[in-house]
Amino acid sequence: MKLSAQILEPAVRWLTRREHPAGREVTLHRRRIYIVPTRAGYVYALMLVIMLVGAFNYSNSMAFMLTFLLAGLGANSIWHTHRNLLGLRVSRMPLEPVFAGEQALCRYRIENPSHVPRRALLLIRGDIASEPVAVMDRSNTIAHISLPARRRGRLRPGRFTLATTYPLGLFQAWSWIEFDEAVTVYPAPLSTRAETAGPGDDSREFPPLVRAGGEFAGLREYQPGDSLRHLDWKALARTGDLYTREFEEQQGRDLWLDWDSLPAADTETRLSMLCFLVLRADAQRARYGLRLPGLVCQPALGPEHRHRCLTALALFGQSA
Amino acid sequence: MTTAAPVLSDRVGLAPLGWLTLALTVLLAPHALNQPAWVVALALLSVGWRYMAARQGLRLPGRWLLALTALAATVGVVATHGTLLGRDAGVSLLLVMTGLKMLESRTPRDAMLTVFLGYFVVVTHFLYSQEIPVVLYLAAAMVLTTMALIRLNAVGPPPTLREHAGLAGLMLVQAIPVMVILFLLFPRLPGPLWGMPQDEPAARTGLSDSMSPGSISELLQSNAPALRATFPDGPPPAPLRYWRGPVFSAYDGRTWRPLPDFPYSPDPEPPLAPGTLTYSVMLEPHHNRWLLALDRPASVPAGARLNPDYVLSTRRPVHRLETYNLTSAPAAPLESELNPQRREQNLQLPGGAAPRARALAEAWLAETDAPSEVVQRALEFFNREPFRYTLSPPRLDRDPVDQFLFESRAGFCEHYAGSFVFLMRAAGIPARVVTGYQGGEWNRAGGYLLVRQSDAHAWAEVWLEGQGWVRVDPTAAVAPERIEQGIHAALSGDANVPAFLRRGEGLGMIMTLRFQWDYWRDVTAYYWNGWVLGFGPDRQREFLERLGLGHLDWRGVVGLMVGLLLAVAMVFGLAFLWRNRRPQRDPLARMYRRFARRMARVGIAPHPHEGPRDFAHRVARERPDLRDAVTRFTRTYEALRYGPDPDPDQFKALRLHLRELS
Repeated sequence: MKLSAQILEPAVRWLTRREHPAGREVTLHRRRIYIVPTRAGYVYALMLVIMLVGAFNYSNSMAFMLTFLLAGLGANSIWHTHRNLLGLRVSRMPLEPVFAGEQALCRYRIENPSHVPRRALLLIRGDIASEPVAVMDRSNTIAHISLPARRRGRLRPGRFTLATTYPLGLFQAWSWIEFDEAVTVYPAPLSTRAETAGPGDDSREFPPLVRAGGEFAGLREYQPGDSLRHLDWKALARTGDLYTREFEEQQGRDLWLDWDSLPAADTETRLSMLCFLVLRADAQRARYGLRLPGLVCQPALGPEHRHRCLTALALFGQSA
Repeated sequence: MTTAAPVLSDRVGLAPLGWLTLALTVLLAPHALNQPAWVVALALLSVGWRYMAARQGLRLPGRWLLALTALAATVGVVATHGTLLGRDAGVSLLLVMTGLKMLESRTPRDAMLTVFLGYFVVVTHFLYSQEIPVVLYLAAAMVLTTMALIRLNAVGPPPTLREHAGLAGLMLVQAIPVMVILFLLFPRLPGPLWGMPQDEPAARTGLSDSMSPGSISELLQSNAPALRATFPDGPPPAPLRYWRGPVFSAYDGRTWRPLPDFPYSPDPEPPLAPGTLTYSVMLEPHHNRWLLALDRPASVPAGARLNPDYVLSTRRPVHRLETYNLTSAPAAPLESELNPQRREQNLQLPGGAAPRARALAEAWLAETDAPSEVVQRALEFFNREPFRYTLSPPRLDRDPVDQFLFESRAGFCEHYAGSFVFLMRAAGIPARVVTGYQGGEWNRAGGYLLVRQSDAHAWAEVWLEGQGWVRVDPTAAVAPERIEQGIHAALSGDANVPAFLRRGEGLGMIMTLRFQWDYWRDVTAYYWNGWVLGFGPDRQREFLERLGLGHLDWRGVVGLMVGLLLAVAMVFGLAFLWRNRRPQRDPLARMYRRFARRMARVGIAPHPHEGPRDFAHRVARERPDLRDAVTRFTRTYEALRYGPDPDPDQFKALRLHLRELS
């Protein structure tokens, strides 16, 4: 395996020297599709040789006929296997951020503009393969393949293979596909309690979280992410529009998740802890801000804010 | 890195197993006709078990049980066939192993191997029969097997039955051009590559290598073809249709046998006698070492030799359909000089047998010295006395010759030929029995003479000074219609004969239809046998010569073959690219091109840099008569091209505007 990888890697690089990471969509043209016999294909060829020898020995015309028919069938399957990929359009779908240690799910839309269904298509990356998918004629399907996200940061899925051995399994056709894409891997959340809190006291480090129920300050238009509990149902009944009741909160009650306030630990542990705190604050719907060395996220609330904070943690100390 | 084989699911699904089970059942079951019942039963049982295991959760046998079964089956094959080699044992082994491989198939890879074994099973059927119905059956089985293979690889959402069957059929049909090219041009070698396994069918039909009472009458019951002969110059006259087979000179009182062969071959070159016949023979396999030829052969086909009795003998038994070209010279003398040893051999009689026949012969000798006179007396004897031609003579146990000549007087060719030769030898005239076929049915549509087993015949040859061996057919003295019109005529009164032999009598409607059916079926068989089954090195050469490519050596033929294969691949490739070409450009642009062409015909073509609107202005200036039409077209075109919501009605309008311009 090692040796073949050593030989294969430069070969693959040379073959794909003109293929650059695609932006959004790749069409599998003739030149992008490679095809080689499978192991079963070699066994099939061996079978044909044995049959041919038998046909010669018995001078049996129908044995010759069958051997040659099977030879034709095998050769024909090159076309059909190749055709199973030809003209497919593969486009990438947005990658959802994941936490380190999870599996990132890379989804690709495979579109079949032709009038022939394409079957048994597999996405392969390394030794992970997707579930086989079929794309019906003039239709599309989404195939997904998981990608282990081990470390926080930006993970580039890199090159993968779209392969098929359909219909006879004697040849494998494939195309290398690479998109210019990356998935954001948040740090793995790490509970601060275990790290810092003394027994029976889980709130020493942080001020108690603000519950809903401050002073009513006024109405504003509903924004996605606002809690349903804060919806003004009367206003909804009156106007048919959604309004969120805003509560006066004291400036000082905003929660600051501060790098410096964490007990001394290495960077990654701190980031993981902050990640946990962001998630908890978000779950408890507290306004929170994040303060990292050289970066500050002003207090806010909602999924976008959460993503901003977690991304800041994910990319901390990394360029781009 | 990424060329690793796809990591397929490691279990075969139920549906692929179902297809595999169906295909294998269709492939294995007919072998019950050729193979021991236990072999086919074991194979089918294994296949069925595997399917039920997947379907009903039946337990699969463990590795040890499988290994034991395989071992026991191998022992069983040896016990049944006495060997592991050869056709029958080999096929038995293959069937059992195919069943067990199926039983053992857990992964798709195992199942693929099972499919390949299934393709092997297809081939083994051809070792037993290559008849057209068998081929059609196996063609259907091929589609099923290929469907199983496709289904096995159709991981993920399964195809519809229509798509599935359609793809298998399409792929096989598309393989046919390659098959035809390879079949016609792949270099063929004569004969087997290694020692031909002595595979003989249990029941052989054909002449045998000895003649004892009843040996020919069995043959007469068979409608099977013995040979077909093509005569380019039309059929030979009926009296010449004596097909020479084995010649018997040794007699032990009951059975006639050939003399021990010795490696002396007479010169086959005939003096250029008038009436030489040139023809080609397609001989059905009879598993003996002779070829049949019209009496008497004047040339020797490749691979055969002429033995001293003027029988064409072959080195190996004729196990396959044999095709050869021949000339015969019916009028040429045969062995004008008889050496003393051969004379002795052809006068030998078992001591003490048939005293009355000997006495009769001596009586004739007392009357005349001339051997030809004696022959004449004998024929008159058969003619005068109340001899009867019948296929069901009474049994002759004590002294067959005397009993036949003086008591029963009922029999057919072998009785007449045998007793005639006996009489001649008793009179001191060298004589022998010749067996073969007499007659044949001219098939006008195929242009060939069909000789059936029921045309089997035996006659005599006497050696006369100055003439050599002369054919004498004593049957003709008793039943001349047998020789002139064939056996059907001779047996018309005999109730104990199969229906087909009584074809001559009042052809009813059914008989006529049946006759027609047989006739056309034989024409089909003739061409099938000649050009498909008999397609070997000789036919290949002949085929190339007909194409005017006779000068090619094998390298040339291989070159031609490769060239044709590449041509087929190219045609496929082009058809394939054509079908997968990019979709048509947008119809609007096509419309505008048509508009531009039309305008060019009027003398104003749009410049490449000119937009539609500028062009319309120019036309308005130069051809005010066309202004309105062109403006309308351009406005609609712009609306379609740049407007917010293209409207199909607008497209129709565009087409109308275009039409206004012509």
